[in-house]
Amino acid sequence: MTDFRLASLRPATPALLSRRDLLRGTAALGGMAALSMALPGAARAQSGLTVGFIYVGPRDDFGYNQSHAAGAAAVKAMEGVTVVEEENVPETQDVQKSMESMINLDGATLLFPTSFGYFDPHILTLAPNNPDVRFQHCGGLWSADKHPANVGSYFGYIGMGQYLNGIAAGHASVSKKIGFVAAKPIPQVLLNINSFLLGARSVDPSITCQVIFTGEWSLAVKEAEATNALVDAGCDVITCHVDGPKVVVETAAGRGAFVCGYHADQSALAPEKYLTGAEWNWAKVYTDMVTATLAGEAIPNFVRGGLADGFIRMSPLGPAVPEAGRAQFEAVKAEIEKGGFSVIKGPLKDNQGNIVAADGEAFLETDPVLEGMGYLVEGVIGSTS
Amino acid sequence: MAMVEAQGTGGGAMAALRRAEPVVVPVLALLAGLVVFALFLLTQGRSPIAFFGYVWQGAFGSAFSWMNTLSRAAPLLLAALCVALPARLGLVVIGGEGAIVLGGLAAGAVALPLAGVPAVIGLPVMAACAMAVGAVWIGMAGALRHYRGVNETISSLLLAYIAIALMNHLVEGPLRDPESLNKPSTAPLDEALRVGMIPGMDVHWGLVFGAIACVLAWVLVERTRWGFAARIAGGNVRAAEVQGLPVGRLILGFTALGGACAGLAGFFEVAAVHWSANASLAAGYGYTGILIAFLARHNAIAIIPVAILLAGFDASSGLIQRRMDLPDATMQVLQGIVFMAILMSDAAYGRLPFFKAKG
Repeated sequence: MTDFRLASLRPATPALLSRRDLLRGTAALGGMAALSMALPGAARAQSGLTVGFIYVGPRDDFGYNQSHAAGAAAVKAMEGVTVVEEENVPETQDVQKSMESMINLDGATLLFPTSFGYFDPHILTLAPNNPDVRFQHCGGLWSADKHPANVGSYFGYIGMGQYLNGIAAGHASVSKKIGFVAAKPIPQVLLNINSFLLGARSVDPSITCQVIFTGEWSLAVKEAEATNALVDAGCDVITCHVDGPKVVVETAAGRGAFVCGYHADQSALAPEKYLTGAEWNWAKVYTDMVTATLAGEAIPNFVRGGLADGFIRMSPLGPAVPEAGRAQFEAVKAEIEKGGFSVIKGPLKDNQGNIVAADGEAFLETDPVLEGMGYLVEGVIGSTS
Repeated sequence: MAMVEAQGTGGGAMAALRRAEPVVVPVLALLAGLVVFALFLLTQGRSPIAFFGYVWQGAFGSAFSWMNTLSRAAPLLLAALCVALPARLGLVVIGGEGAIVLGGLAAGAVALPLAGVPAVIGLPVMAACAMAVGAVWIGMAGALRHYRGVNETISSLLLAYIAIALMNHLVEGPLRDPESLNKPSTAPLDEALRVGMIPGMDVHWGLVFGAIACVLAWVLVERTRWGFAARIAGGNVRAAEVQGLPVGRLILGFTALGGACAGLAGFFEVAAVHWSANASLAAGYGYTGILIAFLARHNAIAIIPVAILLAGFDASSGLIQRRMDLPDATMQVLQGIVFMAILMSDAAYGRLPFFKAKG
């Protein structure tokens, strides 16, 4: 240890005051700089399409980011495509620099910045200055009159997946209380909570769903606390909408509750307790978009899809789902895939007693009204504020 | 006569050497840290030469890389001052993140009624509010320390959690722009109230103000009687009190000043980057600031190069991920090793044979 420290310190020490050595050092530094300037051209001289993926968290989070990374891996396997990726990029100027770096240093012309918060102002700042680059953003609401033409947004109707989760939960629950660990009370999350409960209530109308908001997209300690609190309150099936469901799934299963997954397949984390899960299938979405780009076709600016389109898929049903549950699950899934199925339909009240869908009123999954949801339906125990 | 002359020059050289010590020791520690990290890379079967080549290229190798590095350095300068200023009084304040978040929130909130007001009035008002809120927040940790004897390290850290919770509550509730559906934010700033880029650069004005703040802080600490008093109190509180120095006011003043710097960082995040206040304000700049202040040994001028160095590491992180297929955590390992090396180098002061007084 001591020897090592001395060895690393000694050579540099006496050299400092000699001007000749200093000059030599500067020259060496300059040489290194020249070398590194020469590197990018040499290393990056390649033809074809370069596609950049940016994730807000780690690529292996068993959740949101992993689902996108799996999509990127599918693109990587395509002919004539180079994929560059960055993880843990915060929704600050950092993401602007990451995108610029991919454009300037890697020659990326198709970008998938996958976190919602990358959109405004970051993508919207860069897009006008980079008209030859296509920015494909996940989750946003692109609109022709507000946003640049080289920006597109895509998302999936994963609320339907939470409805199917709810059906599995409704059949597995004994206590008739199910629980939801949620990040923030925003429309995408609220639709998932409501869909989960309504799925369960389609099995047994007496079921209630308790929700706990952690306030953050990724905060393992609070997610574990929330899961424990829900189990303590008598919930025997837990699902969630946070970036990485790993903590929720493992904590719930450890306490003996059943779990429904989200974002990605978490069945490996709790093989006995895992009922099913609502998963993204970005591999399908991304390979389609890259195929279109390679063929010289334009990607539509506003893309949405559901179970039938292959944007969403369900994890295979686990061993704990009873036979009756399997039958209903498969039947409803087939019906959703046919199209025309509504989860939010009247008569329906929110948990404050206000009518959110009148008798006979139904909202299709494609209805943009649902992307502005601000309520929890009757039967959900919790508050949006 | 000859004797005296020789002694004179010898003394001058010694003085110069002693002045060089605070620069040479950390630089050597930095190099030692890089060597250790290179060995770590070798154990992982990766080339340190390629790694440092990409760090150079990503951080300083081109005009774009410099812009990348400098724009990341901008908030870090002010965040580091929030640690370095109280540190001269012997206080370890680690909750600058809270002051950044609330400063940004204050700037975003006060901008709403200011819509339509010209920038020359609006921006200073926003900045002043942000600094005031930041000053109160960190000043609270100072006050708890002075009046109640509460450890400022713990209290400032806990206050940061409260600040983030408060910001989330306000941004998701009373201050939420109903248009911000899936990312709750305050309403976007009026076009006139947005801080632009430094001419000819792709870096916002926060960098210039951060550097000015560092220089002013250095002057305050090293060249004024308040700074002198603070340094005395930082060395020995009892002695400072016996001398009649206003230790209480110094604690409140320096913590508040540090908080004001962090609040200003929050103002620039809102006015120059996000154009509204939201959860992205809690990006961890406050915590990186701790690292920078310690690496700079709480010398406000030294914060500038250290912040640029760490920002450069950060700027090259993406390139490392993309070219070498290493995880994002690689840069954290590097920063951790460098931090440990520089902390350990504290023990080297006065011990390196080169700097030892002879005779």
